[in-house]
Amino acid sequence: MDFDAIWMIWLRDLIRHFRDKIRLLGSITRPVLWLLIMGTGLRSAFNVHGISYTQFIFPGIIAMNLIFAAMISTISIIWDREFGFLREILVAPIPRSSIVLGKALSGSTVAFIEGLFVLAFAPFIKINIPLIHLLLLLPLMFLIAFVCTSLGIVIAARMTSFEGFGVISNFVIMPMFFLSGAMFPIDNLPHWISFIIRVNPLTYGVDLLRWDTLGIRTFALYIDFLFLIIFSFIMLGIGVLEFSKRS
Amino acid sequence: MNGIAISVKNLSKHFGPVRAVDGISFEINKAELFGFLGPNGAGKTTTINILCTLLIPTSGEAMVNGFNVVTNPTEVRKSIGIIFQDPSLDERLSAYENLNFHGMIYHLPSKIRKARIEEVLNMVGLYPKKDYVVRTFSGGMKRRLEIARGLMHSPKILFLDEPTIGLDPQTRQYIWDYILNLAQRQSITVFLTTHYMDEAEICQRVGIIDHGKIVDLDTPAVLKNKYNVVSLNEVFLQVTGRDIREEGSDEKERLGQFLRARNKLR
Repeated sequence: MDFDAIWMIWLRDLIRHFRDKIRLLGSITRPVLWLLIMGTGLRSAFNVHGISYTQFIFPGIIAMNLIFAAMISTISIIWDREFGFLREILVAPIPRSSIVLGKALSGSTVAFIEGLFVLAFAPFIKINIPLIHLLLLLPLMFLIAFVCTSLGIVIAARMTSFEGFGVISNFVIMPMFFLSGAMFPIDNLPHWISFIIRVNPLTYGVDLLRWDTLGIRTFALYIDFLFLIIFSFIMLGIGVLEFSKRS
Repeated sequence: MNGIAISVKNLSKHFGPVRAVDGISFEINKAELFGFLGPNGAGKTTTINILCTLLIPTSGEAMVNGFNVVTNPTEVRKSIGIIFQDPSLDERLSAYENLNFHGMIYHLPSKIRKARIEEVLNMVGLYPKKDYVVRTFSGGMKRRLEIARGLMHSPKILFLDEPTIGLDPQTRQYIWDYILNLAQRQSITVFLTTHYMDEAEICQRVGIIDHGKIVDLDTPAVLKNKYNVVSLNEVFLQVTGRDIREEGSDEKERLGQFLRARNKLR
């Protein structure tokens, strides 16, 4: 472990992120649109677990901001390759695992902050989160952000163009979001859909968030945690292999 | 091994059917200023990329500062500084931040880092601009900043891949004076590729590479004698011919295509 390198990569990505004001705008408008339009439009059609639909999708919207921000943050890898900076990193005497971990932590931090924006909407849709659960929510959000970023790193490490990343991430982000239980309850679904939902890491993330904010859950907590942690370990491992490869 | 900074034996690198580097061997002494000349696509950048651990050779062996580039890349990376042919700065960061981050990944303690940043920024005349974002710099300023960065961690061996390309004569002169001065004072080994024959004249020895093979290697004086000409330029043209090389088969291009193809295949 090379803490200088991890710190450098983390700090650099954060500086770059906060110099880009437009991206912040997206992370605020996205949840407003979803909560307002989907929440209001589908309110009468749904009545699940005795709570309003807007309340039901609230944890899902947090997850949405987390996965979007996490995946988009990994574009910086493609950016760095395209504009040459990646070579500056690769010829430096630092372990490849530290490069990947630095990237994973910076992406998670950015996504975590964007997830926090969603929390500000809780009072408006009449969700009261007790202080302990609010505090617990923070590490849970970071964990989910970390899982999504590590997946994004594996995708970005294999991509050579921005366009390619756009296509792939749409194929990944949208299905992962819709088939995670973020927008509808996942019990009583056809087999094939139920299977996809169960291998989707975001499902377990949404489950954790919904348990913490609303007290509703589908899986045992240890299953949620195990799945998320094992998944991110596998992704980071693949990421390190990708970065260690020299042709 | 003591007096030798870089040693290359039968080194080859193939990209599919293309032999970018084809069985080259040479040795560079410590504190030597070595010029590596060749037309576009001759194999210069591929050789540098192998020596600085970015590429794995297809066959052969390369030792840098006594360490094998394949089996001991971290030690090689610690020993070298490199100024790439293409820009590799973070344009969204300021000049100071670029250097500071460089110092961090080369593990310079923060006090030394600060002192070195000031030193190298003054050397390339960019200290007054240290807080400006690199994107606002002219091409020459970016080049100077890259040179400052490559020297910042006091490498034992410095790779310069066409370092003065696109610079005005004043800046070129300035940078050369600095590199020569530094190389003498700190006995740094310099491995240089260039298209400017006046820069090659300063080198203690030059190697000429074409089609992936070294066609000649000696001091500028001996080479001029051997081919019975007055300038290194004429030596170069005699050895490599007068045909204009395809820009499209530029090594970087080819490497990019190769990497893209490889990624698609997997």
